[in-house]
Amino acid sequence: MQKKKLFWRKLANHIFRFFSLLAVLLATTAMLVIVTHVIRAGSKALSLNFFLNPSKPYGMPDSGIANALLGSIMITLGAALLATPPAICAGICLSEFRDRPKITAALRFSANVMMGMPSVLVGLFVYTLIVVPSGHFSGLAGSVALAIIMFPVVMRTTEDMLDMVPYALREASLAIGMTRTHTTLRIVCRSARKGLITGILLALARVSGETAPLLFTALFADSWPKDYFSGPTPNMPVLITEYSTNSPFAAMHQAGWGAALVITVLVLTLNIGTRIMFREKRHAT
Amino acid sequence: MPLKLEAKNLNFFYGNEQVLFNNNLPVEEKKITAVIGPSGCGKSTFLRVCNRIFELYRNQRAEGELLLDGVNVLLPEVDVLELRRNVGMIFQKPTPFPMSVFDNVAYPLKLHFKLSRRETFDRVEQALRGASLWDEVKDKLKTSGLALSGGQQQRLCIARAIAAEPEVLLMDEPTSALDPLATSKIEELMVELKKRFTIMVVTHNMQQAARISDATAFFYKGVIVEHGTTTKIFTNPANRKTEEYITGRFG
Ligand SMILES: Nc1ncnc2c1ncn2[C@@H]1O[C@H](COP(=O)(O)OP(=O)(O)OP(=O)(O)O)[C@@H](O)[C@H]1O
Ligand SMILES: [Mg+2]
Repeated sequence: MQKKKLFWRKLANHIFRFFSLLAVLLATTAMLVIVTHVIRAGSKALSLNFFLNPSKPYGMPDSGIANALLGSIMITLGAALLATPPAICAGICLSEFRDRPKITAALRFSANVMMGMPSVLVGLFVYTLIVVPSGHFSGLAGSVALAIIMFPVVMRTTEDMLDMVPYALREASLAIGMTRTHTTLRIVCRSARKGLITGILLALARVSGETAPLLFTALFADSWPKDYFSGPTPNMPVLITEYSTNSPFAAMHQAGWGAALVITVLVLTLNIGTRIMFREKRHAT
Repeated sequence: MPLKLEAKNLNFFYGNEQVLFNNNLPVEEKKITAVIGPSGCGKSTFLRVCNRIFELYRNQRAEGELLLDGVNVLLPEVDVLELRRNVGMIFQKPTPFPMSVFDNVAYPLKLHFKLSRRETFDRVEQALRGASLWDEVKDKLKTSGLALSGGQQQRLCIARAIAAEPEVLLMDEPTSALDPLATSKIEELMVELKKRFTIMVVTHNMQQAARISDATAFFYKGVIVEHGTTTKIFTNPANRKTEEYITGRFG
């Protein structure tokens, strides 16, 4: 009896472990295949001019990605500026009013809806809300679209990070006569600040590759991104789409791979760098 | 002896669950009062009423009177920030703020007083000396408070609590997370501090209560079964439960 039960349990255990391992294997292989392919196909395009020249109309020689890179940086930083303050405030609200579900339920619900929304919808939304009324595409509209995607992500990580601050610290702060607001801003946020920065940077890394929302908002231009507020703004994701799908020229396909490689490296660096730099150290301020 | 603190018919509720029942306890000025009793009997809860820290949580509620110098501090018109300046609290686990040693102690000063830099520094030094920590940290005032040892962190919290010159210190098992050496340092410190402050300390350590306290209150299931001078409670308790508890037969 006993032995038989044990046998089945062990078997179940082995089967489960087999499938977990298989899943891990699948995930890592997929990642490695993609990354190696991007490196192989993309590295051929890399040259100094590729980094220094702006993109050029189809078929012209010596085109580069400098304008798209700059535009992407502007659009993503703009998104971060737009999304971070309200997202942090909302995260604080969720965490501090944890015991008042009436206040937080609406916020939590809408954030969940936003998280699940396909990014192309966000693009369309901003298109009808900003691009159509204003009469032109713009980098700013792109920032708004990315900000909408960033908002719930930053909000939720903020909430998680603040929740990790022990209640004893809040109590200690109140116990010396600090107000609730003061406690939240000066003590709780301060002890969670590494986590908050990590959350923002990871959200940035996540949206910096988003393509669909930018197609409807920032669009693209072969110029330098001087029309951030008033006209189409070059950016990496749309450049990649354009070059690799809409162009008949082999050189541009290759440039598309090159751009893909650059953005992959940037995002991975941002992602891994953030994780290393802000890895939880117990004894740091 | 004048009373600093006095609980009168104090009741406490977590939601609908009552955990303190008609507590009556006089606390004498500049004495150490030990609060003892088995786990879950309401000792921490009692302390948390004294500085109204329980108000952080919406469903917690106190009824009855808690007199500080004769004034019922549970009344809504009492300024809770001022109350907390007057009634400091030390927690079981050290709770240094995520800032430098110096700023940890200077924080409550900046909060409650307008002081010059010079005065702030002097008062921080004074508080750190008062908490017997000055010699150990005077060369690293700028390092993070979190980088100190557990015992040092606890003394840092004591320094922080006494910096604003409160009148009462509440300590909830202040030494239970510390080793014997750090514990005896804090015990010595408490005896020193009682010259200036009225101290209430929760402890599970009967020897500690006997060593340092002047008065003792024994809690059992939310009721103050017996209170009186420590000598009386430990040598000649009136109640059988008290006797059983201090002789270690339950709890
Ligand atoms: N946040 C809370 N919500 C609901 N009930 C609580 C809460 N905190 C404590 N209690 C209950 O109140 C009672 C008294 O708890 P309290 O923490 O005051 O006990 P204690 O004497 O300090 O115990 P210990 O010696 O273990 O610290 C216990 O029955 C406990 O279960
Ligand atoms: Mg307790």
